Parts: sequence; C-alpha cells; structure tokens
Amino acid sequence: MAEVALRNVVKKYDDVVAVSSINLDIPNNEFLVLVGPSGCGKSTTLRMIAGLEEITAGEIVIGGEVVNDLPPKDRDIAMVFQNYALYPHMTVAENMSFGLKLRKFAKDEIKARVDNAAKILDITELLTRRPKQLSGGQRQRVAMGRAIVRNPKVFLFDEPLSNLDAKLRVQMRTEIKRVHQKVKTTTIYVTHDQVEAMTLADRIVVMNGGKIEQIGSPNDLYHHPKTRFVAGFIGSPAMNLIPAKLETNGSSLKVRLSDNLSFPVPENRAARYRGAIGKDVLLGLRPEHITETRGANGASGNSHEFPATLDVVEPMGMETMVFFKVDGVEVCGRVEPTAAKGSGETMLLRANLDHMHLIDPNTNRVL
Amino acid sequence: MTAATATTPLTRGVFGRASLKRNRRWALIASYVFLIVFAIFFLLPPYYMIITALKSDAEVAHMAHNPWIIAEGITFEQFKLLFTQSDFLIFFKNTAIVTVCTVVITMCISVLAAFSLGRMKFWGSGILATGIFLTYLVPDTLLFIPLFQIVKSLGLLNSYWGMVLVYPTLTVPFCTWIMIGYFQSIPKELDEAALIDGAGQMQMLFKIFIPVALPGIIAATIFSFTVSWAAFVYPMTFLYSADQQVLTVGTVTSLIKADVYKWGMLMAGALVAAAPPLIIYAFLMDYYIAGLTAGATKG
Amino acid sequence: MADTLHSWNPTVATTAARPASKLLKFLRRRSAIAFVMCLPLMTVIGGLVIYPAFYSIYLSMLNKSQTRFIGLSNFTYLLSRDVFWMVVEQSAIFALTAVFFKALIGLVTAHLINNLPVKGQRKWRGMLLVPWVIPLALSTLGWWWMFDPTHSALNWIINLFGGNEIAWLSNPYWARFSVILVNVWYGAPFFLIMYLAALKSVPEQLYEAAAIDGASAWQKFVHITLPMMRNIIAITILFSLIVTFANFDIVQIMTAGGPRNMTHVFATYSFLTGIRSGDLPLGSAVSLFMLPILAVSAIFILRGVRKRGREIG
Repeated sequence: MAEVALRNVVKKYDDVVAVSSINLDIPNNEFLVLVGPSGCGKSTTLRMIAGLEEITAGEIVIGGEVVNDLPPKDRDIAMVFQNYALYPHMTVAENMSFGLKLRKFAKDEIKARVDNAAKILDITELLTRRPKQLSGGQRQRVAMGRAIVRNPKVFLFDEPLSNLDAKLRVQMRTEIKRVHQKVKTTTIYVTHDQVEAMTLADRIVVMNGGKIEQIGSPNDLYHHPKTRFVAGFIGSPAMNLIPAKLETNGSSLKVRLSDNLSFPVPENRAARYRGAIGKDVLLGLRPEHITETRGANGASGNSHEFPATLDVVEPMGMETMVFFKVDGVEVCGRVEPTAAKGSGETMLLRANLDHMHLIDPNTNRVL
Repeated sequence: MTAATATTPLTRGVFGRASLKRNRRWALIASYVFLIVFAIFFLLPPYYMIITALKSDAEVAHMAHNPWIIAEGITFEQFKLLFTQSDFLIFFKNTAIVTVCTVVITMCISVLAAFSLGRMKFWGSGILATGIFLTYLVPDTLLFIPLFQIVKSLGLLNSYWGMVLVYPTLTVPFCTWIMIGYFQSIPKELDEAALIDGAGQMQMLFKIFIPVALPGIIAATIFSFTVSWAAFVYPMTFLYSADQQVLTVGTVTSLIKADVYKWGMLMAGALVAAAPPLIIYAFLMDYYIAGLTAGATKG
Repeated sequence: MADTLHSWNPTVATTAARPASKLLKFLRRRSAIAFVMCLPLMTVIGGLVIYPAFYSIYLSMLNKSQTRFIGLSNFTYLLSRDVFWMVVEQSAIFALTAVFFKALIGLVTAHLINNLPVKGQRKWRGMLLVPWVIPLALSTLGWWWMFDPTHSALNWIINLFGGNEIAWLSNPYWARFSVILVNVWYGAPFFLIMYLAALKSVPEQLYEAAAIDGASAWQKFVHITLPMMRNIIAITILFSLIVTFANFDIVQIMTAGGPRNMTHVFATYSFLTGIRSGDLPLGSAVSLFMLPILAVSAIFILRGVRKRGREIG
C-alpha cells in the first residue's frame, strides 16, 4: 500500500496530445476511479502508471519514489485487464503464482498466498482448471487473484467489467468492493461506466479529452458538478440541459425556458447568478427533480409547477419516465407510475429548483 | 510527500537503471543490424543473377574483376541472345499456355469442391476434406514414376498437354484447402438471406459467395500460378524435345551448348523466367502471403 | 374455377411423372448437389494421386521390362546396395539439418521483424520472402553459378579475405553443405511468414501481464511465446520435413547426386534409376521407401492441425 502522485503528466503520440498535464494525489488505500468517454485518456493514464506506456513529460510517484524510468516489474504494481489476459496454457493456480515464481518466492509462501487469494475470491475449486474452462466472471476473479497474491503497492484495474453481461457486471461490482474492503490497497480503477464509478469510488476523477474535468467524491460530483461535461456525464438518466435566458423579475431572478415557461430562481442562489443576467444560459435539472405534483402538503422548498404535454412515456416499474418538449428541446422527468398520464396528454409537473444548476454555454462551467 | 520526492527525479536516471527509452532504442538498432545481415543473405543470389545478366560474355569470363559489380558497362546483349539465339521464347510460350490452363482448371475444380465441402454437409464430406489435406502431403517425387507410365499410355508423353493433365495434382489440394477456410468464414446468415430472396445453390455461389470470398480466390489463383510456373519434376520427367519444354527445365538444361555454360545468357534466362512470379508478388504480396498462411492459421 | 378442378385430381398429374420427378427431386437435394460439385476434385485425386500411388506399389514388384511379377525383389536388391543406404542417410541428414536451420532462422527473423514499428514491417517482410517467390529451379541455377569452380563469386570473396578457395560442388562434403545451404536459403522465408503470423496472434495483453508479473524478455519468450506457438511450430516443422525430404530440384541441378553419389536423395536416385536408366519398377521401389516417413509425419501434422482448429474455433 502506498500513495500515488501524478505531477504534470503529459502523453503525446507524435503530435497528438492524449493526456495533457494531469495532477493527482492519491492517498494510501484510496479507491480512485478514472471515468470518462472513450478516448478521454483514462486508460492511457493508467498504463503510464503501470509502465506500459512511456511518459512524455511529468512525473509519476509511487510510494514516494519517482518511477518514470522503472519497468513495470519494478514498480510493485498489479493490474487487472479488460480481457483478463490469463495465460491460456497454465492452470488457474499457475496463472496466479507466475509472478511470484519469477520473483523467486519460496514454494510454501506461494502456495499460502494463492490459497488465501482463492479463498477471498471464492475460486478454490477452480485452481486446477484452465482458463478456457472458466466463465467470464470466473476468469475475472482469477485475474484479480493474480493481482492479490502479489501484495502490491497499487492495484490497477483497466475496465475489468466491460466484457461481462449486465447482470454479471452488477455482481462483480459488489465483489470488487468487498475485496477492496478486505485487502486494503490503493486502487486505481478505469471505467467508462459512470454507475460503476459512483458505486465503487472513494473519489472520482472525471476525464475528457485528455484533461481532468473534476475530482471529487461521488456525492460531490453528483450534486455539485463544476462543468457542463460532468453535469451531463454523471447520473443516469442524464441531467436535462435546457437552453434558457436569465431575467430579472423585479428583485428576484427567473430563468426563462420558453415563451410560456419560466422558473423562479431560489433566493439563496440569486447572488451567485447576478453576473449572468440577460445572458443565455443552460438550465441543468436532473430528471428526478422534475416530478409529479404532490398537492399542497407535499410542496417543500423552492419548486414550480407547470403543465407539459407528454411525448413519450416509459414505464420502468418503480417509476415512469416522461419525456416532453420545451421549445423543441426534449426534457425528461421521473414520476410515480400511478400519477403518470399517457402519451399526448398534458400533465402537471413540479420542478424542484433547490437542485437547479446554471451553466454558461460559452465556458461550459457551472455558475 | 513533496519533501520525499524532491530529491529523487534526476539522480535515478543517470546513475541507476538505464531508462526504458534507451533500452528500447538499443533493441531496435540491434534488430535492424541483424535484419540487414539476413537481408543480404537472402537477396545476394538474385542480386548476383541480375549483375551477371547485365554483363558481356567477355566480362563474365574475365576473372580479374570483382564479380559483384559491373565493371565493363551494362549491356543487354545477353537478353538479345536469349531471345534470338535460343529456344527461350518457345519455353516461355509453352509455360504460359500450361500455366493458364492449369490455373483455370484448378480454380474451377477447387471452387466447386471448396464451396461444397465448406458449407454443405453431406455424407463423407469430413473424410473427403481430410483426404484432400493428406493428398497435399504426397510429394510429386513419389508419383512421378507411376505417372510416367500413365501419361505414356495416354500418348501424352513429350507433350506439354501432359503437363496440363498432371499439374492439377500439385495445385488442387491446397487451393481447395485454402478456399474451404474462406468459404467457411462467411456467416450462415448470408445463405439464409439469399434463400429468402429466392436464390438457388449455383446463384448463391456465383452472386454471393465468390464475391465475398474473393480474397481467398485471388490467393488461391496466385498460388496455383506460382506452383505451375515453377514446376520442375514433371516436365523434367515427361518432356524431351525443346519445342514442348517449359521454362524451368528449358533454362537449366537446354541453354548449355556443347558443354559450354553461357552463364550470362543463363542468368538472363533465369531472371526473365522468374519475372512473372516476382511481378505478381510485388503487386499482390498480401494475397500471396495470405495463401501461404491460410493453411495453418485457419486451422 | 376450371383449374381448381384439375388440381383436385392429384393422381392424374403425378402418375405419369412419378419416376422422372423422383430422380429430379433427388438431384435437387442439397447433399446431392454438394456431392456432384466434389466430383471433379475426386476424379483428379482418385485418378492422378491415389491410383498412381497404388500403381506405384504394383509397379515396384515387377521386373525391369515389366513382364514378370517379382515380389519384393526390387526392395531387397536396394537394401543390399551401398548406394541406397547412402541415399537414406543423405536424405535424412539433409532433411533434419535443413529443417532445423530453416525453423531457427524463421523464428529469429520473425522476432526481429515483429520488433520493428508496424509501418516498416511490411517492407522487410517483402524483402525477406524473395527467395521463396523465385522458382526453386531458377534460383538453384543462380547458386550453381555462384558455386562454379572457375568463376565462383563466393570464392572471390574468400580469396579477398585471404582464405583458400572452396570446391563447393566437387568436394563431397562441401557439396552436401551447398545443397543444405540452398535448401535453407529457399525455405527459411516460409517459416518466417508462418511464425510472424503466429507471433501476431499472441494477444499483446499477455505480454503486458507478464511484464507486470516481472518477466524479462527471455522469460516472456519461454513462458508465453513458445507455449502459444507450440502447435504452429510443430506443424511447420513436420510439413517442411516432408517437403525437404522429397526435394528434387536442388540436388538434381547442382550435383545430379554426385560427386560419387554422396549427395543423392530419394527423389534424384529414383529419377536416375527409373527414368534415366529406364528401370521404372526399381525407381518406383526407391521412391516408395519414402512412404513410411511421410505417413508418420502426416499423422502428426493432422493431429496438430486438428488441435489448432480447436484452439482457435
């Protein structure tokens, strides 16, 4: 276990900048997730930490030691690959002990570690099998076992669940979290799935186009996104981003979405937004904050009721998603199944404005 | 944390283990050096053949010069002699006829058989496929003696049409094998879509499978061409007179007049004879290689 | 209305056509068509490979003028002759030595090329495959010229460095060396191509996992590359053994079996006795001695190819 730090790390392929000036400090035992769309540089960053890619500029520090010039085997790291990368001609036990054998560990030490890891991951009966006899989930466990036996300073995960089907993914997610609680090691985990990020991470690093958009705890990123990208990326279904104009209404502010729809801005926010009066903005509001009306006793906080003609209605069982248009822009809301109207019908909806965000479309920053 | 890291950056790189970048660079340079050595080994004979073909007879015989360069000026007289004073062009014509016929025959037989074995199941198809592969392993030097008798009894001895008869044994097995792999890799859904569209078996073959398996067909065609062009054992055994002879045997045996080896002309002949496969290789290298590896990698 | 009445009487329509339609229906069945499509192939193989192979066995048991049946006399005769045992020994030495070096060079060059940046690999691969592309008879001619006793360009280089000229084709031991050399020169590119393709089929991530596990370059080669390539190495070696063992061109053109029969192989000796000397049955017998080795190799190759098919598919 060790701290990891990245200082001004840059990765260039010829003239293309894949990762530009990343700065990260990861304390001991933290589970850090790098998340972002394809091509954002998260895998490249992970591979630079592993030593599988050369660092164009900057430093990577593991456990207080600069590792830029160290080959992977000297960095004391272990990695779990998306395609498992299990040695097909070796048994599960041999796969897990390969690294230890190369480092000339004693035979009984190797056996002890392999057995221990197998117990943690519940794969003890699989030790004599070959990878091709295992299912996807089992292979992933073996890959994790191979990492655990090494007792490394850092665990690196490169999209390990992307090859599994949806149900298995959910199961393995819980597995990984359980293992992390048992085997306390600094973990850096890369994924493109923001649900994985939210459920697994102590802290999340959202990356886009080779840069870090925001670092924070899952709750932080969810409730207080700092950029448009983070706002739209975290949370499923995605946050609604509706073009609007900020106007004054006497002493208070309101957000005009269309000719016949505008939301009042809560008092505690007004001060922050003064500088953007008269400008075009994007209103960010998550679907779960556009709900059915709850009658007089249900109303709490700053909310605004408005009618909407429903376009598409998607019943999800626990809730129903309703889609409607505001000035041509599709907006999504979440309502109780019983309260939902049908497609084409008009329904009264309630926007909870305590959770609104305003985004400057020019800088893409959240105001 | 900052205090600990402040001292480490440069010192490691200079005194400690060599940087990853430098190790990789050395490995790359070493690779190039060895590859150049191998390239020299592999390309030396063709180079020398070209050099010799461009020398005059006098220079070829003259021993004092460095034989690896052309000292007395490039001349094309060897080629002129080759085309005018020997049977070379007859050999070329014969080889061309035999090769084209063989390729056509081979492809017809192979495509039909490969399509059938690759996509349609019938009793014995597995055995036949294995049998084809085994046939490929039977060398021509095992069959040439009994075939001599057979070709003689058919009256085709000393006729290049006899070559057209026996060359397919060299080409058909492997070409079929290559194309079975290609036909097999076409997804079944294509069959079914075509059936729904109303196509019969032959139509499916010509309108869908052949176009989709075209790379395999090109590879097989190239393979049968080069094997036919380069065949030596059969023409050596079955052909005697110059007017029926093919390039490989003709260049090697008939260009030697009265125990005098006219090396300049011989090399010129060898080069021109080797030209067609080389040209095909230069332009269609990927198909050429695909044909070779198809056997093994497609399992 | 009228036609429906017609179609109501199935017996009328079919009785006349029943035998013909049944045949047509059989022919139209997929499996029948498939079988017919294979007929040309089966004719070629049956008539020009299988029949001659069996005919060869029959032929080998006749006397020289093919008038009497003499059983295994030809075979016993061969086994009693020194020349024949030389042929056996030489064929084996050539095949084993040549295949070993071909495989080695192929493996080494495949690795070297694989180390290069991907863009340049094609050029090098193209250059190094040239020996295989040139028809063997013609490139052998080129080598023959390089070995020529009076004009050898190779000897010129040796002289340049102060050494003695080598009698490439007239000294029996050097003649054997030359034959093997040309064989290796010609066949190594094939191994190069096969091994390069096999190297590329090993997933890159296995090497990365091994790097993280702590493997050096050599350890990666031994623990990952070789096991993954085990099957293709076996297949190519066995295949090349068959082809090299039965090779004719090189020996025939450069030495015709000499000097003093010390470079004869099965193919050339069979040619000499069967065609040149006109004793077809004896020639047949010679070439049939190749059969056991070929059969054994073929079995192993088939097993290997099947195993590889299962590994991939």
